[in-house]
Amino acid sequence: MWDWSYAASILPRLLSALQATFIATAWGFALACTLGLVLAVLSRSRFVLVRLTVDGISEFIRRTPLLVQIFFLFYSIPLLTGISVPALTTGIIGLGLHYSTYMSQVYRSGIEGIDNGQWEAAKALNFTPVRTWSAIILPQAIPPILPIMGNYLIVMFKETPLLAAITVVELLTTAKNINARDWRPFEPYTIVGVLFLVISLIVAFLVGWLENRMKQRYTR
Amino acid sequence: MVSKWLEWLPLMWEGLLITLQVTFLSAIVALIIAGAAGLCRISRLKWLRGLSYTYMLLFRGISLLVLLFWVYFVLPFLGIELSKMAAAVLAIGLNYGAFGAEIVRSSILAVPKGQWEAAQALNFTSAQRMIRVVFPQALIRMLPPMNNLMIELLKATSLIYFITLTDLTYQAMILRSLYLPQTAQIFGLLLILYFIIASVISLLARLLERKLTAGRM
Repeated sequence: MWDWSYAASILPRLLSALQATFIATAWGFALACTLGLVLAVLSRSRFVLVRLTVDGISEFIRRTPLLVQIFFLFYSIPLLTGISVPALTTGIIGLGLHYSTYMSQVYRSGIEGIDNGQWEAAKALNFTPVRTWSAIILPQAIPPILPIMGNYLIVMFKETPLLAAITVVELLTTAKNINARDWRPFEPYTIVGVLFLVISLIVAFLVGWLENRMKQRYTR
Repeated sequence: MVSKWLEWLPLMWEGLLITLQVTFLSAIVALIIAGAAGLCRISRLKWLRGLSYTYMLLFRGISLLVLLFWVYFVLPFLGIELSKMAAAVLAIGLNYGAFGAEIVRSSILAVPKGQWEAAQALNFTSAQRMIRVVFPQALIRMLPPMNNLMIELLKATSLIYFITLTDLTYQAMILRSLYLPQTAQIFGLLLILYFIIASVISLLARLLERKLTAGRM
């Protein structure tokens, strides 16, 4: 059944497809972290209208499938605006946008964990809002939530095969192409499954290590 | 404009039924597996704990779409032929069951020690203790995270589009090919439909939570 020499022959092609998967994960994660922070700060705005809008949009994005959002971006944006965006970029934007709403919740939990006295101290020292956030709040809010952010990195990595739907040539698309050529689904799909598993487990292990370090640091 | 939307309704309705069916069936499979694996995870038997740990590790680490492809395309190659529906329900159920098991496990462990000890002091067997004392309290803790998990599961059903199961997403793609200039409206409608279903799930979970916590807190 399982043909080792065939598996070995397709492995290089699959491994090189990992590159697109990693690019999508890394940029998507960077976008989600940045946009998530913006959402988290905005949802603490003084203005009710801003808060309601941001929370409403986040809730809508979180309750609808990433796949449909990616389709929406990929097929509607060119029609509506006339700008055609490459598939990989569209995928990264979709991934980043979707997970920024999750990431904003993570930031929020970090920000809410900060003692009120810190805000008051910043106010007493006459810090501007920008300086309050950048010098007082975020340096304390972010380290404890790093492990949770790491978990979302794994989640996003596992969602990248969705980009196959919009013609991005990543790991799963490559396996599909190999299967279409050779009519042997067993080896390519199994290798892809194992690759995803192994990489997520490695990252999960690193995140666990990070979590322990953070615990030691903050319980001293 | 409105007449166009009316033309879309029959196909969307068919898709909606498939999406709801897959969501419902895979939710049941996921919840049963989550309960079983979550309980096994805290069992006294070492091999049972190990088995459940391995299951959770494997199925949380793999990507759902890859799992779906594996179940649908590779299993027939190995002689196990599944219908599209069965493959979808199995893959989604196994994947979300693994996430749900963690919720079950942590909720059970979060029940205060005093409750366990009280049940023991009253000479309950360990099955009685779990069924009558611990689990009902853990169930209340499980509801909010399970609510989120079910919404994630609903969203994940859109992936069955890849194995050409005619769900909402699939029907929308067909409509798109028929009404190309209205692409944005079709996908907009699709997003709104998913949002409504997710909101209904969330509402039901809240009602259930209120019912279960009545008179307790």
